[in-house]
Amino acid sequence: MALPALTPQYVLGLAALLVLVVDAFAPTSRKNGLLAGVTALAGVVSAGVAAWLFAGGTGRTTLFDGALAVDASTSFFTAVFGCVAALVAAASYDYVRDEPNQSAYYALVLFATAGMSVMAAANSLVTAFLALELVSLPAYALVAFLKRNAGSAEAGLKYFVVGALSSGILVYGISLVYAATGVFGFEALAAAVQGNAHVTVLGAGVVMLIGGFAFKTASVPFHFWAPEAYEGAPAPVSAFLSSASKAAGFVLAFRVFLLAFPLAAFEALGIPWTLVFAVLAVLTMTLGNVAAATQTNVKRMLAYSSIGHAGYALIGLAALSGPASSDIAVVGASFAHLFVYGFTNTGAFLVVALAERWGVGRTFEDYAGLGRSAPVASAALAVLLFGLAGLPVGGGFWTKYALFLGAVQSGLWWLAAVGIVNSALSLFYYSRLVKAVWVDAPDETGVARERPTGIYAAVVVATVVTVVLLVAPDLVFSWADAAARALVSA
Amino acid sequence: MLVEALLAVTFVAAFAVLLAPARYAGRIAAVLSLVPLVGSLYAYAAFDGAGNALLGGTPAFETVVPWVDIGGYAVDWHVGLDGISLPLVVLTAVLTTVAIVAARGEIEGRRSLFYALLLFTEASLIGVFSALDFFLWFVFWEFVLVPMYLLVAVYGGPRRRYAAIKFFVYTNVASLVLFVGFVMLVVATPVESFGLAAVAEAVRSGAVTGAFGLSASAVTGVAFLALFFGFAVKSAFVPFHTWLPDAYTEAPTPVTVLLAGVVTKMGTYSLLRFNVTMFPDLIRQWALPLALLAVLTVLYGSLAALAQRDAKRLVAYTSIPSMGFVLLGSVAATNYGLAGATFQMVSHGLLVSVLFLAVGYVEDATGTRMINKLSGLADRLPVTAAVLVAGAFGYMGLPLMSGFAGEFFVFTGSFAAPYPHAQLVTAAAMFGIVVVAGYLLRLLQGVLMGPFEAPTTVTPRSRRDLAPAVALVLLSIYLGVAPGTLMGAIQDAVGAFVAVFGGGL
Repeated sequence: MALPALTPQYVLGLAALLVLVVDAFAPTSRKNGLLAGVTALAGVVSAGVAAWLFAGGTGRTTLFDGALAVDASTSFFTAVFGCVAALVAAASYDYVRDEPNQSAYYALVLFATAGMSVMAAANSLVTAFLALELVSLPAYALVAFLKRNAGSAEAGLKYFVVGALSSGILVYGISLVYAATGVFGFEALAAAVQGNAHVTVLGAGVVMLIGGFAFKTASVPFHFWAPEAYEGAPAPVSAFLSSASKAAGFVLAFRVFLLAFPLAAFEALGIPWTLVFAVLAVLTMTLGNVAAATQTNVKRMLAYSSIGHAGYALIGLAALSGPASSDIAVVGASFAHLFVYGFTNTGAFLVVALAERWGVGRTFEDYAGLGRSAPVASAALAVLLFGLAGLPVGGGFWTKYALFLGAVQSGLWWLAAVGIVNSALSLFYYSRLVKAVWVDAPDETGVARERPTGIYAAVVVATVVTVVLLVAPDLVFSWADAAARALVSA
Repeated sequence: MLVEALLAVTFVAAFAVLLAPARYAGRIAAVLSLVPLVGSLYAYAAFDGAGNALLGGTPAFETVVPWVDIGGYAVDWHVGLDGISLPLVVLTAVLTTVAIVAARGEIEGRRSLFYALLLFTEASLIGVFSALDFFLWFVFWEFVLVPMYLLVAVYGGPRRRYAAIKFFVYTNVASLVLFVGFVMLVVATPVESFGLAAVAEAVRSGAVTGAFGLSASAVTGVAFLALFFGFAVKSAFVPFHTWLPDAYTEAPTPVTVLLAGVVTKMGTYSLLRFNVTMFPDLIRQWALPLALLAVLTVLYGSLAALAQRDAKRLVAYTSIPSMGFVLLGSVAATNYGLAGATFQMVSHGLLVSVLFLAVGYVEDATGTRMINKLSGLADRLPVTAAVLVAGAFGYMGLPLMSGFAGEFFVFTGSFAAPYPHAQLVTAAAMFGIVVVAGYLLRLLQGVLMGPFEAPTTVTPRSRRDLAPAVALVLLSIYLGVAPGTLMGAIQDAVGAFVAVFGGGL
C-alpha cells in the first residue's frame, strides 16, 4: 500500500489536534508525560515515514494543483524537523513539567513542526508564505511561553515585532514578484522570469524575499532578533528555533531559488542572486563568529554561533555555478550540514536546558566544574561543541569540509578561506566553554545533581547521532545528495 | 584486521576504564593496556609488510574499505603498517603502559577519567601511525589533541591552564594550516581519492595542475610549506617550539611521557610520510635550508636547556635537539638518514621517558626539582640515580644504547646527503651533542653528586614504582646492542625510497 505523499505532515498536524483534544477533555489532570510522549512519537513517526517515502523512491509528487510538491528534499528536511521535534519534546518533558498550559506548549511545537514540513513541500509562493506563518506564529508564543518570566516575555515580544516586520517584507516581495510575473507557482515562475520585462520590480521583489528568508534563517541583515529570542526563550525552544526553524527557512530558500528563480535566467536579467548570497554568507559567518567570541553568556554564545552556522549553510546558495554536478555537490553539502547541525546544535542547547534546570547560572564562569558534578552531560557537551567547531568528533567535520570544497570547486575560494578562518575562530569560543566545564574549578564542590531523564536522553541521543555521523556520514550524504538532485535538476 | 582489533580494543578499554570506579581505575587500565601492548608485539612478530606504504609497497595488516564520498573524492578506511609505522605503534603501546603504571600515586581525583584519556590517546596515536588515507589520518591526528589538552589542563601543575591553552592553540593552528594545504594540493591534482599512496603517486608524477590563480609548482610549494609548518609545530622545531617546555613541564609525569615520547613523533613521522615521500624533488631542493633549521633547532634547544634550573624543564628542552636530529636525517633523504631518523624517534621516545620518570621520582622523593636546591642524592636514591644516569648517558649517545645507534645512523646518512655542504652542516649539528652532554652532566653532578642537600627528608619510592623506568633502560640497551631488531623493517621501507629517488648510503 502506498502511503499518501503528505503522510508526515498529516501525522504532525493530527498529533497537534490530538494534544488539544486531550486537553479539552481532561484539562486538569497531570498529563505531561502523555503529551511529551505524543509529541516525540509524532516527530519520530513523521521522520520515519519521511525516510520510508524516500526509500520508496516515488520521485516528485505534486499536489493541490501544484501548490505543494513532495520530493526527496521534502522527506529529507521533514526527517530533520521530526527528529529535532522529538528531541525537544523529550527535553521539554522535564523542562515544562511544572509550567501551566503544557498542552498548548506541545500543540504549538507540533503545529510549528507541521508548518516546517509544509515549508519543505511548498511549490508556490502562497503556500510558502502560509507555511512560514504557520511556523512563525507558534514560535512567537513558544518563545514567550514562560509568561511570568520577564526575559521570556520580552524575548517573545521582540521576536514578534521583528518577525512581523520581516513577514511584511516577505509578503511585499511576493507581491512584487507577482506584479512582474503574474504567477505564484514555482514552475510557472521559472518560465515567467525568462527574459522578464519588469526587471526592476522583479529584482526588488527578489531582494525582499531574501530579506524574509534572512529573518527565518537568522542571517544578516535580519539576525539581531536571534540572540535576544534564544536567550529569553525556554532552552528547548531555543534549540527548536535555532535548529529546526532555521533549517526550514533554508529549505524554503533553496526551493524558491532553485525551482522558481533559475540562476541562468536571472544572470541574463542582470540579477546574479548568488552574489547577494555570497556577500550575506561572508557577513553572516563573520558577524556570528566574531560576536560569539565576545560573549560571556553561554546561551548568547550559542545563539551567535548559530548565526555563524547559517553563514556556512548559505554557501550552498552562494556557490551555485551552473554545472549540475557541482551544484548538487554544494547544495547537498549544505543540506547535510543542516542535518548534522540539527542534532549537534539541539544537543548543545539542551545541555543549556539541563544547566538552567540545575540553576547553575548563565555565564561561562557559572559552568565551571560541571565536569565534576555531571560528567555525562559535560562529556556530551564537549563532543557537541567540538562537533560544532568542525573538529573530527562529529559529522560536522565532513559537512563543513564538503561545503568549503564546494565553494572552492565553483571558484569561490575566498569564500572558503573566510569560512576556514571563521571555523578556526569558532574553535576558540567553543573550547572556552569546554575549558570552563572540564578544567576550571567550581566554587562549591560535591553538588548532587538530579538527572532529568528526558533531557538526558535527548542529549545523549543527539551526541550519539553526531558521532555516528562521523563514522558513517554516507547515511546523510546519500540522502542529502538525492535531495539536492531533486531540486537542482528539477 | 589486526590494526582494527588494536584500535577497537584500546577504545573499548578507554570507555571501560571511564566507567570503572576510581579506586581500581589504575589497575584496570594497566591490565587492559597490556592487550594492545601484546597485540602490537604480535604485530611486530607477524609483520609481513614489504617496501614503503606510499611507494607501492605492501603494508602488513592492510584493510581498505570505502568510507564516504565527498565532492567526487573517495575517502577510505585504509590502514596498514610498514617498516616506518610499525616501530612507532609498538613504541606507543609500550609507553602507554609505562605511563599508566607510572601514574600510580601521582594522580589525585578524577582517576577514571585520567586513565581513560591516556588509553584514548593511545588508540588515537595508533590510528595516526597506521592510517593510510589522509582523512582517516587527520581524524586521528585531531583525536589526539583533545585528550592531551584535558590531561594537561586538568591534571597539570600550577601553570597548567596557560600551558594547555598554548599547546591547544599552537597545534590546532598547525593542523588547520596543514589540512588546508593538503586539501588544496589534492584539489589541484587529478586524483579521485585521499589515499596517501594515490596522492603521493600523482604528486610525484607531476600531475599537479595550477589552481587558485597559482602555477602548478606554486601549489606544490605552498602545500609542501603548509605541511612542513604543521609538522614543525607538532615536533617543536625552533622557532615553533615555545609550546613544548610549558606543556612538558606542567603536565604530570605520565602525560609528559606520552607527550614527549610519542606525540611529538606524530610530527616527525608525518614529516617523513608527507613531506619527504610525497615531495622528493622539493625535499632535495629545500634540503639545505631545512638542514640549517635542524642545526638551529639542535643548537638553540641545547643552549636553552643549558640555561634551565628546573630539572623537568631542562629535560623538556632536551627533546628539542633530538627532534632536530630527526629532521636532519629526514632532509638528508638517504638510506641511513631516513632510517636513522625513524630509529631515533623510537630511541628518543624511550630515553626521554626514562629521564622524565627519573626526574619525577626525584621530585616525589624530595619535593622539589630545582637543580640548585638538590645535591648528593646518589646514595639516598640509588636506583633512581642509576636510572637517571643511564637515561642521560643514553641520551648523550653512549655506545650500546639506542641513542648512540640512532644518532650514529642519522649522522652517517646526513654526511652522505647530496645537498651542498652536507658534511659541514652535519658537523655543526654534531657539535650539539657536546652541549647536550654538557647540560646533562651538569644535571647529574648537581642532583646526584656532592654533599647531600635537599629541602626535606628524602623518602624514596618503592622499587615497584621504579620498574617502568628500569624496563625502558633495558629496552634501550637492547636496541643499542641489537639495532637490527628494528632496522630490518625500517630499512626495508626506507630502501624503497632510496631505490626510487636515489640518495645512497
